[in-house]
Amino acid sequence: MREFKMFKNMKYTAVAACALGATSGLSAGTLDDVKAAGELACGVSEGVSGFSNPNSDGVWEGLDSDVCRAVAAAVLGDGDAVRFVPLASKQKVLAVSSGQVDMTSRTTTWTMKRDSAEGVDFTAVVFYDGQGFMTSTQIGVSSAKELDGATVCLTTGTTTELNLADFARANNLSIEPVVFEGKREAVEAYASGRCDALTTDSSQLASFRAGFADPSQHVVLPEIISKEPLAPLVAHGDNQWKDIVTWVVYGLISAEELGVTQENVADMAANSGNPSVQRMLGSSGNTGGMIGLESDWMVNAITAVGNYGEIYKRNLTDTLGLERGVNAQWTDGGLLYAMPIR
Amino acid sequence: MSKQKRIASKTPFAPKIGSIVLQTIILGIVLAIAYLLFANTQQNLSAKGIKSGFDFLWEEAGLPIGDTLIEYNPSRGYGYAFLVGILNTLLVSFLAIIFATILGVLVGVSRVSNNWLLSKCAAIYVETLRNLPLLLTLFFVYTVVLAALPHPKEAIEIAQGYYLSNRGVYLPRPIAQQGFGIFLSAVAVALGVGLFFWRWSIQYKHRTGRTVSGFWGGFAIVVVISSLAYLAAGNPVSSELPIYKGFNFRGGLSLKPEFTALLVGLVIYTAAFIGENVRSGIQSVHAGQIEAANALGVPRGVVVRKVLLPQALRVTIPATTNDYASLVKNSSLAVAIGYPDMVSIGGTIIGQNGQAVEIIAMWMAIYLTINLVISFVMNIVNSRAQIAER
Amino acid sequence: MADKTLTFKPSAARPAPSTQIKALAWLRSNLFGSWFDTLITLLISAILISFVPDLLKWLFIDATYSGDDAICRINGGACWPFIGDKFQVLMIGVYPQDLAWRPAVSAIALILLAYLTYSNRLRGAVLIAAWFILPIIALFLIRGSFGMQSVDQSSWGGLMLSIMLALVGVIVSIPCGVMLALGRHYGSPVTKVLCVTFIELLRGVPLITILFMASVMMPLFLPAELVINNLLRIQIGMILFSSAYMAEVVRGGLQAILKGQAEASLSLGVSPAKTVAMIIVPQALRHVLPPLVGRCIALFKDTSLVIIVGLLDFLGMIKGAALDTAWLGFQAEAYVFAAFVYWAVCYSLSLYGRKLEQRGPQSNR
Repeated sequence: MREFKMFKNMKYTAVAACALGATSGLSAGTLDDVKAAGELACGVSEGVSGFSNPNSDGVWEGLDSDVCRAVAAAVLGDGDAVRFVPLASKQKVLAVSSGQVDMTSRTTTWTMKRDSAEGVDFTAVVFYDGQGFMTSTQIGVSSAKELDGATVCLTTGTTTELNLADFARANNLSIEPVVFEGKREAVEAYASGRCDALTTDSSQLASFRAGFADPSQHVVLPEIISKEPLAPLVAHGDNQWKDIVTWVVYGLISAEELGVTQENVADMAANSGNPSVQRMLGSSGNTGGMIGLESDWMVNAITAVGNYGEIYKRNLTDTLGLERGVNAQWTDGGLLYAMPIR
Repeated sequence: MSKQKRIASKTPFAPKIGSIVLQTIILGIVLAIAYLLFANTQQNLSAKGIKSGFDFLWEEAGLPIGDTLIEYNPSRGYGYAFLVGILNTLLVSFLAIIFATILGVLVGVSRVSNNWLLSKCAAIYVETLRNLPLLLTLFFVYTVVLAALPHPKEAIEIAQGYYLSNRGVYLPRPIAQQGFGIFLSAVAVALGVGLFFWRWSIQYKHRTGRTVSGFWGGFAIVVVISSLAYLAAGNPVSSELPIYKGFNFRGGLSLKPEFTALLVGLVIYTAAFIGENVRSGIQSVHAGQIEAANALGVPRGVVVRKVLLPQALRVTIPATTNDYASLVKNSSLAVAIGYPDMVSIGGTIIGQNGQAVEIIAMWMAIYLTINLVISFVMNIVNSRAQIAER
Repeated sequence: MADKTLTFKPSAARPAPSTQIKALAWLRSNLFGSWFDTLITLLISAILISFVPDLLKWLFIDATYSGDDAICRINGGACWPFIGDKFQVLMIGVYPQDLAWRPAVSAIALILLAYLTYSNRLRGAVLIAAWFILPIIALFLIRGSFGMQSVDQSSWGGLMLSIMLALVGVIVSIPCGVMLALGRHYGSPVTKVLCVTFIELLRGVPLITILFMASVMMPLFLPAELVINNLLRIQIGMILFSSAYMAEVVRGGLQAILKGQAEASLSLGVSPAKTVAMIIVPQALRHVLPPLVGRCIALFKDTSLVIIVGLLDFLGMIKGAALDTAWLGFQAEAYVFAAFVYWAVCYSLSLYGRKLEQRGPQSNR
């Protein structure tokens, strides 16, 4: 009956939907969709400071948000042509695989299962993270291996709970988990003493710790119990779009390596004698054309948000006091190694 | 156009000839839309490379669950983890229904009490709880429970082995010893004898008109036989006391704060609704009935049991059945305060393998089953109540 | 003896028994009727005395009404400047500040319309039309149509979002519920089965699973081109859910309509469609106005669940405010404020429901 009524009211819509359904296999690429819409729909978190968080004026800030802006700038020439879509942790993979957003840039760990079985492709790592523990200094624990019998607060829908279970099994610890739907609830419960420890990616632990009334009462334990390479993801099957997001990220990392900054990018594009810089900024060859973009794609991206180092400093070092650590350039002993743009 | 058909079929006019054709068309359209949605889903799932089917139930879950009724560890399958969630849902719903009924009856009776203070307090309670979202009540209870209780190190000791802390309520765990089987069978026999005595007393009263206190007599029989058996079996139950060690209590039985908060929240919320049902039930009984019974000198207890209750229940039970069903559905809010019920665990599984269609189908199947069971049981209770009326 | 006249001399009136003196009598019959009543009265008084004065002291006497968090911490009572500071975020979420007049105008219009409805100044078709038109205008205004700067739905939040979800939900689900109820009550066997299946399926599962389905699964059902944003999907989920409950309420009304009504109308030559639309449905709805108001209250309370699927409604903003590092430790104030707002809205709706109940189904709306 209800369906019948819907049909009556929306006869034409339903017919149109049938027609669309029949042609959905022939869909044009995400690139054309984004260009047609004039904006990039980018999935972000509901609020993790340093990565994606709306400031008090409602403007999205953070490393993940800036990656969205860089892609929008490279594709559309305008870093503000982004529609930020906050996603709950459960939605972050499905939202992109089902096409609600063009890409997700939301502290998502690159795992084999997600990459292969869940209809998404990961692009390039923007942040090397690892899961850690935070405890109150009062309980006097200096290593996560001393947490036998402890209660630990964490958030659902992430690799966090799997890592915790693995860590407990590997070290023969009995750990009692309290699993919350949202990060806020987990942090609130930890702060009120429900749990002895809080576990999540260590970068986020730092950001939560900075938010406590007295940060010195809390300590992040030295153990990192997992590898958490965080990368933006796109829907599986659109190789051109995957290339675009991948190479924009590599472009941002290369720019830092080559010394191209937000300030000097225009100057470098016009005057740099370095062939690598020339290729990247489109003053020689046409790297943009290889992935279906204009030749000034990286000029736009860097003008909008700066190079990787600038993004990192603005969002993570200045506000949360996070050092570069493993996220330094490979030339500085870190893990960041952008593939050559040529 | 279909509305015309519907009127025609209910009114004395003969149904029009097109009726069957029209019904077929409606059915066809609905089936077509259902098929379209199904085909789309299939296509979308395969295009995204998401698996479908229920094979995942046997894959290793790997997720930790904090509060389980049955032995669980992360190497068990997804299906087993989901079962843990189902049992948690059932446990909290079952206990909440019992306590909400008790509290609800108290509140309803208080509302019609002659005592002004009591009825006003009950009214304030009902008007407050009914007009707040359950989720807010839950957050509030959870926060208050956590804030009010101390760390296990400074746990409040109610009695030997009974502790209150922000990690939960810890109680001694009863452990069956030798002779427990004998004790259990003795209790069963006692229950049988007691019940038989109760029945006999009713028949005896019908036959002779003389009253034997059947309920209390039967109760006394059960208590006496059980305690004798307990002594005879030589302490068949020992207890394991919770002991504080490291971070928390080890051993014993525990009620986690999430469970307690969910239970308390559901009970106080639903009791407000049940209280209203009880009140309207009592007020639906004509005052003349009670006055007549009083005038005939019927004792007060008998007036309540034989005159007031049977009639009030006719109004109260159907509405309360709905409230029980809502309570079970509301237990899914566990997800907001970290109690691992089946919605919470199912949600985690969706987050891990993306098989949302299967999980949501399982949720629906189980909630519908629980609701069917509740309406089945309440229908039996209701038909009993209806007979008692005559 | 015979000539002695007997004069009737009434004895002096005794004072009224204490049970007849107003205040004492009231006390006796209402508080100290029996030893059991006395016990209960004393017990409740003791419980009330143990926390009510402290509560009032915290809420009002020790409370801070202006200043910042430092002053609050010194005073120790409730910290109302915290609510004042967060007021805008609680009301409209991250909606752009310079455009805040749009939701404000909508809110004033809504309050005005609610007042007119409550005081019975608007009736019949005008009333219904007003309730349909107002949300549409408000939506256009808040979204920013007709050349105004547009505001994306992802920045809608706070109480504005809660009320919007509830209002649109109620207004759309009542007609849907009426259709479903008609299908169930008057339908041919096929429509009847379809309606019953739909209603019972949706009533059998918790709202939260429907919200999960709407936010997570609906995109998988639909063709890839048909992209519906998260807010709209959740709104659709709430409408479907609410329609099933509305249908059950309306069905009660349909059952109360005597068959003769339809027969009389049909025999006068009124078409069946008009009979249903003009005779049966209006009467049925009038019968069930109070429970319909009850469903509105329930739906408004249920909007709080959307925080679980990632929308930041009023309760979501309350939780966010409670965690703000600048105002740490004032959770209780946030929850008290939330409770007050939800309670005020729901209680005034239930008062309206009671008023309708007293007016009875026969009177004109």
